[in-house]
Amino acid sequence: MYAVNYHKPASIEDAVAAIGGADEAKILAGGQTLLPTMKQHLAAPSDVIDIRGIGGMTDIAVRGDTVTIGAAATHAAVAGSNEVGSVCPALAALAAGIGDPAVRHMGTIGGSIANNDPAADYPAGLLALGATIVTNNREIAADEFFTGMFTTALEDGEIITAINVSAPGKAAYAKFRNPASRYAMVGVFVAKTGDGARVAVTGAGEDGVFRHDGLEQALGTNWSPDAVDAVAVSADGLMSDIHASADYRAHLIKVMAKRAVAAAG
Amino acid sequence: MTSVTMTVNGKAASGDVPGETLLSDFLREHLRLTGTHVGCDTSQCGACVVHVDGKAVKSCTVLAASLDGAEVTTVEGLANGELHPMQVAFNENHGLQCGFCTPGMIMSGIDMINRYKAEGKELTDDAIRHELEGNICRCTGYHNIVRSIKDAAASM
Repeated sequence: MYAVNYHKPASIEDAVAAIGGADEAKILAGGQTLLPTMKQHLAAPSDVIDIRGIGGMTDIAVRGDTVTIGAAATHAAVAGSNEVGSVCPALAALAAGIGDPAVRHMGTIGGSIANNDPAADYPAGLLALGATIVTNNREIAADEFFTGMFTTALEDGEIITAINVSAPGKAAYAKFRNPASRYAMVGVFVAKTGDGARVAVTGAGEDGVFRHDGLEQALGTNWSPDAVDAVAVSADGLMSDIHASADYRAHLIKVMAKRAVAAAG
Repeated sequence: MTSVTMTVNGKAASGDVPGETLLSDFLREHLRLTGTHVGCDTSQCGACVVHVDGKAVKSCTVLAASLDGAEVTTVEGLANGELHPMQVAFNENHGLQCGFCTPGMIMSGIDMINRYKAEGKELTDDAIRHELEGNICRCTGYHNIVRSIKDAAASM
């Protein structure tokens, strides 16, 4: 790893100042992707700004039918949270399936979505649930937040502080793991909400996580695994690599969608 | 440089570390606690697992500078006059061959037992194998490692 200056500000203001004073700053929330990326020299920030010293960043709280999850809440904390479990057990289950136990003790929800890895789990969950991403400047709907592979709507100096998730009617996540990396080869999160069905797919799209109109329409009309059968899932825009062709991923999207709907009940 | 003070195996450990120093390097190079092994250095193999504030983490994927005030336990900190039950179980069940992955296996094993006991869940063979997802052994296969952890769970 190249030399890097470490900062642990105690407030958002100090964090923003540290970002502004650096040649190239990266925010450190859990480091389970950032640090391996820095070791491989794929990222070489001059400064890392650790946001875990900022008050409230790891809090999880319920208000009404909405759970607010601090950006630095770890996957293990989300997985084991009664608050998350009471609002959306499917999201807690998703968190319990990320990486491995030691990674879940450090990796955070804010770090995962800021990175927007095309095979990450959280982007699918938050997009399907219509979550709101809260930053130090504004609130961003998940539909506007995930803009492409490893790309988000975050601006320079903008820091995710929390994620708001409202209770869905029903929801579940089904993931087909890459046998080696255990990342999602295809993951499908389905949510039945007052506005109909929302279906988000990770691991498959060339532009990262996306919603699938055909599946949403079919499940909005008939919330059942059988409804998925009649949907045509195109391989256009899906990734092909040594692990799976675009056609295979298209097939997996349907299989995972069926499993998710079946699990959601 | 960042000044960091943590408690390692019950003793205060301080140092001025560059920002990029990993916890695994701090333990091995600064404190000469070479029981924590670095296998893959890419967060996959789990040989470097230690406990930070009671939770298993991969020490090759944590910055030492971020742990000011933390309590760290390494494999060297387990024995207290006599071997820890997990160390005994690995010995009795021949839960290792070359031994490289063993420190991480032992630290992950203790962590999973602590979590399952706290939640009142049964640690089945399947659960142990699932929990070992982030620990790789390239010698023995996992049968004796699973047996060791199961044995230790009964005596911890």
